Amino acid sequence: MVTVTLWGSLADLAGGQRNIEVEAKNLRELLTALDKDYPALRPQLERGVSVSIDGKIYNDSWFQPITESSEVVLLNRLEGG
Amino acid sequence: MAKDEFTPRTFKVVGTRPPRPDGLDKVTGRARYGADMSAPGMLIGLCLRSPHAHARIKSIDTSAAEAMKGVKAVVTRADFTTTPEDQGTRDILDNVMAGEKALYDGHTVAAVAATSRSVARAALKAIKVEYEVLPHVVDVDEAMKPDAPVLHEGRQQESVPKGYSQNVLARSQYGHGDIEAGFKKADIIVERSFTTAATHQGYIEPHACLATMGNDGQGDLWCCTQGHYMVRNTCSAILGMDAGRLKVTASEIGGGFGGKTTVFLEPVALMLSKKAGKPVKMTMSRDEVLRASGPTASTSIDIKIGMTKEGKITAAQGEFRYQSGAFYAMNGALGAMCGFAPYDLENLQSVGWEVVTNRPKAAAYRAPGAPMAAFAVESVMDELAKELDMDPIELRLKNAAEEGTKSAYGPTYPAIGLKATLEAAKAHPHWSAPLGKNQGRGLACGFWFNFGGDTCVSLMINPDGTVSLSEGNPDIGGSRAAMTMMAAEELGIPYEHVRTVIADTATLGQNEVTDGSRVTFAVGLATIKAARHAIEIMKTRAAATWGIEPDAVEWVDGAAQPAGPNAGKFPPMTLKEIAAIASNTGGPIAGHHEVNAEGAGVSFGTHIADTEVDPETGAVKVVRYTVFQDAGKAVHPDYVEGQLQGGAVQGIGWALNEEYIYGKDGTLQNAGYLDYRIPVASDLPMIEPVILEIPNPGHPYGVRGVGETGIVPPLATLANAVSRAAGVRMTSLPMSPPKLLAAIKAS
Amino acid sequence: MSRIHVNTTINGDATDYLCEAEDTLLDVLRDQLDMTGSKEGCASGDCGACTVRLDGRLVCSCLVLGAEAEGRTVETIEGMADGETLHPLQKNFIDKAALQCGICTPGILVAAKDLLERNPDPTEEEVRYWLAGNLCRCTGYDKIIRTVLETAAEMRGAA
Repeated sequence: MVTVTLWGSLADLAGGQRNIEVEAKNLRELLTALDKDYPALRPQLERGVSVSIDGKIYNDSWFQPITESSEVVLLNRLEGG
Repeated sequence: MAKDEFTPRTFKVVGTRPPRPDGLDKVTGRARYGADMSAPGMLIGLCLRSPHAHARIKSIDTSAAEAMKGVKAVVTRADFTTTPEDQGTRDILDNVMAGEKALYDGHTVAAVAATSRSVARAALKAIKVEYEVLPHVVDVDEAMKPDAPVLHEGRQQESVPKGYSQNVLARSQYGHGDIEAGFKKADIIVERSFTTAATHQGYIEPHACLATMGNDGQGDLWCCTQGHYMVRNTCSAILGMDAGRLKVTASEIGGGFGGKTTVFLEPVALMLSKKAGKPVKMTMSRDEVLRASGPTASTSIDIKIGMTKEGKITAAQGEFRYQSGAFYAMNGALGAMCGFAPYDLENLQSVGWEVVTNRPKAAAYRAPGAPMAAFAVESVMDELAKELDMDPIELRLKNAAEEGTKSAYGPTYPAIGLKATLEAAKAHPHWSAPLGKNQGRGLACGFWFNFGGDTCVSLMINPDGTVSLSEGNPDIGGSRAAMTMMAAEELGIPYEHVRTVIADTATLGQNEVTDGSRVTFAVGLATIKAARHAIEIMKTRAAATWGIEPDAVEWVDGAAQPAGPNAGKFPPMTLKEIAAIASNTGGPIAGHHEVNAEGAGVSFGTHIADTEVDPETGAVKVVRYTVFQDAGKAVHPDYVEGQLQGGAVQGIGWALNEEYIYGKDGTLQNAGYLDYRIPVASDLPMIEPVILEIPNPGHPYGVRGVGETGIVPPLATLANAVSRAAGVRMTSLPMSPPKLLAAIKAS
Repeated sequence: MSRIHVNTTINGDATDYLCEAEDTLLDVLRDQLDMTGSKEGCASGDCGACTVRLDGRLVCSCLVLGAEAEGRTVETIEGMADGETLHPLQKNFIDKAALQCGICTPGILVAAKDLLERNPDPTEEEVRYWLAGNLCRCTGYDKIIRTVLETAAEMRGAA
């Protein structure tokens, strides 16, 4: 299982849990599992999120590996100027 | 992407300062920008814009305009019959051509194409629009109130608590720990409220395009943009055409700073061209640029920080309320994520709010959302330093984030360069230089994310041994030079043997917009990989010529050579020699690389400013300014310095002069450079850039994006310097002379 | 609408054109003569991107009517280099990275050349005030000011 940290307002939607556990070996599986296990997160997942894996931020790369010891943090989808 | 791309090496080209390939065109006036292109039979397109801040469009009568001699097309929203699939693109359509309502002063409601500018102007006057003027709101705090005039119904996200106006679209809370417990541990707490005015990116080149749309369903578009692939994708979605049928060519770009990650005129010009059957050129006036493109959010921010008397932060709290104009933009959340990012905090609550108002849709402006947040947080840090009588650098070093710190936005930091910038500032003579009368010194830190994203590069080995490099990101600050340097470095050939061009959308695959400080990082990475690809092919050709195995060949100093004595004894074959026999050895040689370059490293900067305040007038003079920033590896140091200097001066303008001023009727009162005053040469001192080079592990040469972070610290740096010089804490930007004078008099 | 026939000299060449009464000199240069080196940043004389010399005096060509050029001499960025030889300011703007996006560069070069012809040894303050009417949003002016000062020194040395 991978522990995923949610930002505060997202945690409110997941029943107040800041850390949730899902089964995932890569970014795609992570997003699929979140969508399935936590339907309340779906609107935000559809709008888009960025995912920090071990301190680096990923927007799209499905096959980015995630291990059980990875630090995984969901973020608002980031944009630059 | 592999985690550690970086390998230390000695550079031959990277780190030098060769002349830029686009230099000659730019100093002779030959370079073609957005408005510099024309086509045979071209028409001139102009927009009719709403004079009201908020109004229902009851009817539009274009018949008189259509009947005028020389008018070849008139379009309104009724011509845009495709509804784009995603909400973001629907918002862009609503922004480029108003639907049921005009949402801000300057919102386009119709457009014409005519044989001359004067005919087009006359045609605009002949269009009759019947408006029902609605109550409006332009202030972020007002717009959040439950009884505020509402721009859009039903767009509020599930994160917004009950009791707020529908204008509040989203709330994002970040942080960790227990702030109540943390504040209880504090010996001193400072709590302040701040406001910042909306500013414009202020690029000198107004938006411009030349569109040709035929009845064969094919389109061609020339425009100034930070991302022509984005323009293609957005325009084709709005026009309901296949992206592949629209070819977009990026002109030279006369500044963007985030403000040209947008689409305004392009779909309108394409629609006019389609209707008229002729090319249509559209160019915004400066008034239109200010009224209808680009501004930043204006903000209202509350910050509370508690510290022990030794200067260790025990808890921090921030509310970041950002208005993003008439449509959703994620700015407040970025403020909430970035404001406290320089610090190692045990207890933090940081909340960002996204609010819509009757102003033009906010666009990115260099590290969008971060400068205002840093202004508020760093001002409170400075006040705490004063209260505790501590050196502002020491106070920050005591609390500075480093490798292993849990960041304000959640993840644990890898190696970062914040402390290095603070130490460099501490050691710099500027920090200890004496100050004159009425002068004050300010310091602040800033953070920005940096991005990578979709990138394609093609690298062709020409028969004479020169190299043509194609990339898909408009060159906004010298990136063609940087790519040329990285290709030359990797191939082992002189800089002059490589020429880099910005390809159109039909020539390369998808490229992310030039944004997020991504180009030198991501396109540079793809350039190096494309060069390595070409090298592999060249090694294979040399091996075949020698009759040895390809893996027995290595690439050294621009030539293939046998790898060790066992591989065989052959003199090295240079790139030029391999290129000359390419037809004999298998055909033309080219390398390419396509990647979504994710995992860019975050960036920190620290700035110092000395200001002198005239107590009689409230005028501020910046007398000295120094920037410290980590570049990972500065590919072309001149252009890195240029980014740091330019970002600092934009921040100085934001801090001291620039603001959107709205009248009671919600119309913009200062839509021109005379009244929207950006810094001029005589306002400024030299800006000293200090580049630190702490390699980014995610890039083969250690490169880190540098474009945006430079605008994050200056607002706070100036506020701290002015507050110390004037003896009064300034909490509202800009610190214009009347505002500062009033504050001095009231203190 | 009848158009006005104008005879003028641009970058040393006798030139004539027809313009409408409302056309600015900048409109004529850009739209009729395809001399797009002069840029329109504001059309109100505030940004200096359209700076040209008219009878030896710096003007914003957006504030001069096309018809006013009758019988006068106009110097634009297109006339600054002598054939393939760049003016020292042009060369140094490339070599010393005094430009980023380059949109303000033509106006700044025309203005800086005029300054150095009037005052071959300006102070930093004089350069800053001389160029205060030419907006640049990319560079923070630092490298522009340095390059003008260094070019002035170089030209004095060469003379």
